Amino acid sequence: MSEDKIYLEIVTPEGEVLREMVSAIVVPAAMGSMGIMADHAPLVTALDIGVLEYTKADQKYKIAITSGFMEVKDNEVMVLVQAAERPEEIDFERAEKARQRAEARLAQKKVDDIDYIRAQAALERALNRLQFKA
Amino acid sequence: MASARDIKRRIKSVKSTQQITKAMKMVSAAKLRKAQIGVSAVRPYAKKMEEVISDFATGETAHVFLEEREVKKVAYIVIAGDRALCGGYNGNALRYAEKLMNNCEHEYGVIAIGSKARDYFARRDKEIIRQHLAIGDVPGFSASQIISKEVAKLYLDGEIDEVQLVFTEFKSAMTHIPSVMQLLPVPKPQGEEESQSTEYIYEPNSEEILNVVLPQYVDVSLFRAIMESKASEHGARMTAMSSATDNAKEMISKLTLSLNRARQAAITTEITEVVGGAAALS
Repeated sequence: MSEDKIYLEIVTPEGEVLREMVSAIVVPAAMGSMGIMADHAPLVTALDIGVLEYTKADQKYKIAITSGFMEVKDNEVMVLVQAAERPEEIDFERAEKARQRAEARLAQKKVDDIDYIRAQAALERALNRLQFKA
Repeated sequence: MASARDIKRRIKSVKSTQQITKAMKMVSAAKLRKAQIGVSAVRPYAKKMEEVISDFATGETAHVFLEEREVKKVAYIVIAGDRALCGGYNGNALRYAEKLMNNCEHEYGVIAIGSKARDYFARRDKEIIRQHLAIGDVPGFSASQIISKEVAKLYLDGEIDEVQLVFTEFKSAMTHIPSVMQLLPVPKPQGEEESQSTEYIYEPNSEEILNVVLPQYVDVSLFRAIMESKASEHGARMTAMSSATDNAKEMISKLTLSLNRARQAAITTEITEVVGGAAALS
């Protein structure tokens, strides 16, 4: 049993998603999965689309996030991402539709590059949500 | 004096106008509440991002969004509403933007958000670089991202060299202040050189992080500006409609009074006629 010593805050532009004391966090950092425990050295890292996992009272919780970044300082972890969702919040049908839309757009390949990149990102997000939910 | 029938007709028309303004006021109040929640959600996020960027940008880190290049063309993003009937909201924002443009020493163009902004500057023969109409009453982050990505692309392609963002800052339902901020290049933080910065580990490295953070900062800044403007718009419309409803009420009571007078006058005339007729007979 480890103490819940880390203050974790997850913020998106549309509001705060989480603000809790936790004991450990695992994030999808740009260089690969990364674990944060109490008294971690100050750190700033970019985050990839993926699943953030945190432990509170020896119970594990998961949250799907899109890209963003994280700041660790004095046992305070601030996660700034564009979107973050708990499994029960994810709308399976909507994610599935988003996946189809993105795939269709990629297939068209009228590569006005920004649209193409956007569709790719959308596909990645949709897949992340679907996998997470499954 | 207008006849009783004319006055009645006017009362009816004012009443139906009042009903409309009342409904619009109610709708705006509901939208204002939503937009207000959005504003209070995005503000801390934007602030946190500013903090992180000011931690980084002081160093020798370079990024195309930070780099100041020779300015050939400035883009003004002007956020206004799609509809009128919101008091001075549109006018204030647009006049403020126009003043800024008149003081601009470079070639410039307008990126209009909201059809009022588009119409205003199109009428004044300004170049409209892009336009985004009907973005909704309480737009989501993804809607604003489409615009900010487009702006970022124009900037990266070198079509524009500086982006000024004109929006209306939301102070309260009654007070809104037209404001401007430089969106691109991201202004370097000034002063407080020796920010007692902790020695951070940068993972993978500071350039990579800037690559992630700066585009998001642009997204969030625009989103915040849109939310602030929308909240201001709803607030302004609510206030305008509320006073319109009050005016209508006042007008109705005045008209009712003159209706009663007119009726009374008609009765008096009739009685006088009857009395006069009777006197003539006897």
